Amino acid sequence: MDRSPTSRRRRSLLKGAGAAAALGVAGFPAIVRAQSDAIRIGHLTPRTGFLGPLGEYAVMGVNLAVDEINAAGGIMGRKIDLIAEDSVNPQTASTKAERLIERDKVVAIIGEISSASGLAIAQVAQRNRILFFNTGCNSDELRGKSCNRYMFHTEAANSMYVSACGQALLRDGMVKGKKWYSLTADYAFGHDLLKVAKRFMTANGGAFAADELVATDVADFSPYLLKIRNAKPDLVVSNLAGAQITNFMKQYLEFGLPFPVAGFGFDTAVAWGAGKGNVLGIWPLVWDSQLKTPASQRFTDAFVKKYGKPPENQAWGDYMSTKHVAQAMNEIKSTDSTKVVEHLEKGAKFDILKAREGYYRGWDHQLMQEMYTITFKKAADVKDRWDLFTLSPPVPAAGQSLEVIAPTREENNCTMPA
Amino acid sequence: MMLIEILEQVLNGLLAGAYYLLIALGLTLIFSLGGLVNLAHGAFYALGAYFAIKLADTLGFGGALVVSPLAVALIGLVVERLLFRRFYREDPALGLLLTFGLALVAEQALRWIFGAAPIPFSIPPALKGQIFVGDFIYSKYRLLMLAIAAAAVAGLWLLLRRTPFGRVVRAGVQNPDMVAALGISLSPYMASVVALAVALAALAGVLLAPISGVHPAMGTDILTASFVVVVIGGLGSFWGVVWAALIVGVVRGLTVYFFPPAAEASMYLLMVLVLLFRPRGLFGERIQRFE
Repeated sequence: MDRSPTSRRRRSLLKGAGAAAALGVAGFPAIVRAQSDAIRIGHLTPRTGFLGPLGEYAVMGVNLAVDEINAAGGIMGRKIDLIAEDSVNPQTASTKAERLIERDKVVAIIGEISSASGLAIAQVAQRNRILFFNTGCNSDELRGKSCNRYMFHTEAANSMYVSACGQALLRDGMVKGKKWYSLTADYAFGHDLLKVAKRFMTANGGAFAADELVATDVADFSPYLLKIRNAKPDLVVSNLAGAQITNFMKQYLEFGLPFPVAGFGFDTAVAWGAGKGNVLGIWPLVWDSQLKTPASQRFTDAFVKKYGKPPENQAWGDYMSTKHVAQAMNEIKSTDSTKVVEHLEKGAKFDILKAREGYYRGWDHQLMQEMYTITFKKAADVKDRWDLFTLSPPVPAAGQSLEVIAPTREENNCTMPA
Repeated sequence: MMLIEILEQVLNGLLAGAYYLLIALGLTLIFSLGGLVNLAHGAFYALGAYFAIKLADTLGFGGALVVSPLAVALIGLVVERLLFRRFYREDPALGLLLTFGLALVAEQALRWIFGAAPIPFSIPPALKGQIFVGDFIYSKYRLLMLAIAAAAVAGLWLLLRRTPFGRVVRAGVQNPDMVAALGISLSPYMASVVALAVALAALAGVLLAPISGVHPAMGTDILTASFVVVVIGGLGSFWGVVWAALIVGVVRGLTVYFFPPAAEASMYLLMVLVLLFRPRGLFGERIQRFE
């Protein structure tokens, strides 16, 4: 073969394909501000890639919380200095968590949306005995097999999402004797969600017409839609995540399939990103700005004032976690992570902008809280681009224990390593 | 019944091939003539979609379909003049670095200007709905998409085969030194080719915006698959890319039918097989300077 200088061109095309794939994993560095007497808190969340849209809301939420805490006197009179970075992927998340703890001496790390990255950060936090508040990872496994003493979960677990949406499905007679066709995101989150959904479905007398794994880079759902059309299920179930839900909903309506749709994982940004007339189904939700409690309205108003648009549920997660960290440290007058853990494990109560207060359950550190389901409005009833759905009353209902929707020890046991 | 379902997937796959086709054609054009692997091609696709959303408010979808690619072509001209032009004859690695950086800058710029959250956009009301042919179902919108993609492919083919412009471009692909020796400067041709290629990407962006999420990383998502189509089709081969796009669409559809978890992996497997047995791609021409 001729080895002239240009002979590597064809091979460079292949390198191009590889580099194109690499484009998806490159992140952006953050600018670190330093303040000597401040208390540093680290924030890690995906700001690029398919979870990036949610990460943007997470960053807005944490910044608003820090503004408010600092305006109210900070933590024990010291200001919070927030160091926020793009977590990119599990490897980068782990490296950045190490650096935040060792170099920047943060007292806690808040954030994350990807369950895989969340696990990576949790391991670093556990090793260094530093708090990690998970604001967006849903996998039950993080609360069960992979639980640890320094990790707390403001985000609801997959089980809680399934229970919340499941109650609506039971009410509508969509489970017993019905055939489900499910599409599941083919990564840690999806696998975990599928397991929980399957448990719920079989326990309540439903069965799968089919359950299919969908790679996270699938953008064209047409082949799946043809299969669903031929399978004629009673219910189509989405265990997808992020932008994929937008694509799925848009194309489902494009093909005009007649089967009802429900999903077990959802974020409001997905619906806003699809837009009026492109959304359908019953979905679970952890919080929404339609909630009329005074604290919820205050948060929504402050958020709209600062950013010019309503907060998304991911903004709630990071806002809440930051508030809880500051409140707990102020209550015990210490920033020591181990002492905060002990305080929270005793069942400290927190305002979570919902009708009932929440608390972090002692044995798995999951925030016990009310959940909701949403039903999309008809296009004609939609007032503006943010007003796409109606919110159900809280699940569990007022008289019930908050724990009825959470996984039991038998379902998801956690033994905290020392 | 099963046979009908398989046939249905094959027909749908041919349609779905149009998904990557326009982007892959642009990639292959720029690479064949300039030797530049344009990793920023996805960014032009994303720009096309964002422009369409902004333009559709005033011009309607039809207007956006025309104006958005033209606007992106103008940006392409500027980028070509200021940046690409310096890298045609350089080590390909430099071109990779340049376009890799450009893609990052473009994605982050979109994030700054429009926000990271996806932006809603719908199929125009007149094009909503489905057409039923016997057992088969077709989305009206996708049929239109296919028609526009087919028209673009036909137009491009006529341009390259039947015009003096096309003759120079094809000669330039085969042997730029000879073209230069004949006293023809390839530089203005290269500018036109880049403008044309990014306009095709933008057209794809406009067409896909109503049926997929519009967000800053959308370009990166589609680029890898488009590269695979180019590699399978073979370098410098116009019809190779067209065939490869259709084959990838069909193979994906069939994999979804028989073994869904491997649906996306199937095209990479196909690429490996093609490279093993036909290193130049299915229809790759023997181009002296790339050997």
